[in-house]
Amino acid sequence: MQHKDINEDIRWAQINKDVLRSMENPRKAYWISVGICLALLSLAVIAEIYQYNVGLGPTNLNWPHMWGLYIATFIFWIGMSHSGTLLSAILHIIHADWRKPIYRFAEAMTTFTLMTAGLFPIIHLGRVWNMYWVLPYYSDRGIWPNFRSPLVWDAFAISTYLTSSALFLFIGMIPDLAICRDNTRGWKKKLYTVLSLGWRGDDRQWRNFRKTYLIMACFLIPLAVSVHSIVSSDFAMSIMPGWHVTTFPPYFVAGALYSGCAGIITLFILLRYFFRFEQYMTLPILEKTCKLTFAIAMVWTYLNLIEYSSVWYGHDTVAKELLIDKFTGPYSPYFWAMNILGSVLPFTLAFEKLRRHIPTMFAVSILLNVGMWLERWMIVSPTLAMSYEPFTHTVMWASWVQWFIVIGSFGWFGLLFLVFVKIFPSVSMYEVKEMIFHRRHLANKDIAAVMHRRSSDPQPSEGH
Amino acid sequence: MSLQNILQDWSKYRKGNEEGGFHDYEHLWGLAIDLNKCIGCNACSVACYAENNLAVVGKDKFAKHQEMHWLRVERYWDEPDLGEQAVSDYQSHGASFLPMMCQQCMAATCEPVCPVAATYHTPDGLNAQVYNRCIGSRYCSNNCPYRLRYFNFYSYYEDSWPAPLNMQLNPDLTVRDKGVMEKCTFCVQRIRAAKDVAKHEHRELQDGEFTTACAQTCPTQAIVFGDLLSLHTAGKAESTLSTLWRDQQVELGRTEQHKQNPDKRGYRVLEGLNTDPKVMYLERVREV
Repeated sequence: MQHKDINEDIRWAQINKDVLRSMENPRKAYWISVGICLALLSLAVIAEIYQYNVGLGPTNLNWPHMWGLYIATFIFWIGMSHSGTLLSAILHIIHADWRKPIYRFAEAMTTFTLMTAGLFPIIHLGRVWNMYWVLPYYSDRGIWPNFRSPLVWDAFAISTYLTSSALFLFIGMIPDLAICRDNTRGWKKKLYTVLSLGWRGDDRQWRNFRKTYLIMACFLIPLAVSVHSIVSSDFAMSIMPGWHVTTFPPYFVAGALYSGCAGIITLFILLRYFFRFEQYMTLPILEKTCKLTFAIAMVWTYLNLIEYSSVWYGHDTVAKELLIDKFTGPYSPYFWAMNILGSVLPFTLAFEKLRRHIPTMFAVSILLNVGMWLERWMIVSPTLAMSYEPFTHTVMWASWVQWFIVIGSFGWFGLLFLVFVKIFPSVSMYEVKEMIFHRRHLANKDIAAVMHRRSSDPQPSEGH
Repeated sequence: MSLQNILQDWSKYRKGNEEGGFHDYEHLWGLAIDLNKCIGCNACSVACYAENNLAVVGKDKFAKHQEMHWLRVERYWDEPDLGEQAVSDYQSHGASFLPMMCQQCMAATCEPVCPVAATYHTPDGLNAQVYNRCIGSRYCSNNCPYRLRYFNFYSYYEDSWPAPLNMQLNPDLTVRDKGVMEKCTFCVQRIRAAKDVAKHEHRELQDGEFTTACAQTCPTQAIVFGDLLSLHTAGKAESTLSTLWRDQQVELGRTEQHKQNPDKRGYRVLEGLNTDPKVMYLERVREV
């Protein structure tokens, strides 16, 4: 059984070779995946064209249910984006070096899930063509957006987060792009020459690079937390039972990290299998990711139970009725499924045997995300079905238009990700080298002593 | 506002909302609806359709709850446990009716959430909905505890008013296209017209000079429309409506009414949410 995070004897040239190999000559499975993603995406395009021409009526949305799967899926994708930042920024700052082989695709996932999520608030608008009115641009008529509205905060938060995470992804990739530049020819070489921004790998460049990367990481952490808090205030700022919950911001952030980590496990296993990255995406690293997911799942469960109990023991009768209705009403199968998938299933992550069994982990990670998607839906729909006015109590089941767009979003994300893994290195070459270098030297105490000694430090021979 | 002021009047600032944010109202249009008089005939709703160019969506869309009734008459069957003989008997008691139109809340929950400020408070105390500004995020409707905002899920103008029915459309207001939110305006076009006439004749708007379509149509005169400004600002002229509110001891700006006489039937729907609605209902009294 492998215990070390990474094989420390692997050669630098081998790393370059392995990663660069993953970027050339797409095999049959790749084109099949692209075909599937395109097919899914075309479903969404058909549905959106139809919806654009006819109006939102065919979605089955109605006057108690003004929001539906679009908003639920929007929160789902925003949530998925958070764990990329967790891996690349938070774990960077706490020096957890096992993130190094797997953070690149996680960060790419952040950018692409945001690009997917950002589409949903636009798709769900009644008048899509006026969506830019949400932004504060200069207008002769002096009309501004309503800065009190959480939807305006959303627009700011998401666009800021998308820009910063795309920048962060790009900055972290510069040394690798230089490696690509030196090892490709043709149009790819031209592309990488432009993208690597003249990286030569000299001392000054590395120092500036480290500083920029660290600053971006420090900037991204509070940003990521605030983004999902702001998304949660779409609900928490309202007056509706089941939405008007003070614990929503931390609850949403925990749920975001949770589904994102599960998403990372899924993509981890896929990349490991299809690109034969067994040397880099090792079982011990998978195990660490699973443990992290388990911890976050427990935080999420705890916050969930807090929400139930504070409603149960509180004096808000309408909210309590809604909670009871969630447990017993028309949405109850999905509500129970969410609780079981979200809170019980993660216990499989607690067992080492299961953690090291890749097919199980693949299935579990997907089911966890099914649970998290249900969670978002169970936030949106039951409240709309059971709010204050008894006359408006109705259940709405989404039509094919909503489902097509939801399914198509997975195709869109998959397509972006597939394009990414063939154009950009999905394992960070320079950071894997760093990781191996540090581990090799940490293992050898003599070298470690020399490596970490500054001129002012006492000599190893003195003292102790 | 200095720091000292804030510290001295901390409790005042903290509870500032109870006094409302905006004070220079020209009018405060409101309603009173006597549920004892309501017979559930839905004439008010029909009048509203005719007056406000509401789309008739058809049976299938109505069944999907995509209808546009700005004024809906909610029907509640009496609770079976009202009388001793439960199920068989309660139908003979009949149903209770609650005509619900936009409550024109003073602290409207729909207003702060609109991303483009398409819904705002006018100096007349109305929640105005600016159709041209609306982008259809539908957040306002989600945040309305009464669920009294309706969305144009389709373009209805071709199906709802096939020629020559389009000739019956009210020219004083628009026909809304798909993708915008709409709701009861207290017949803002009538308010506008009456104000224009009064201004033209250099006089103040008189009480009872005009009324809303629902109040005009109600066969039992259960609906009374008028100006509540005297309840809000001292020294303003009393209207029929404000007298009625005073008589029922219902006050604006309260989450709970403190009535001297508990037999008074006036109440506001969900006023505990501090939405401060401007529609007062008079509770139905019935034999058990």
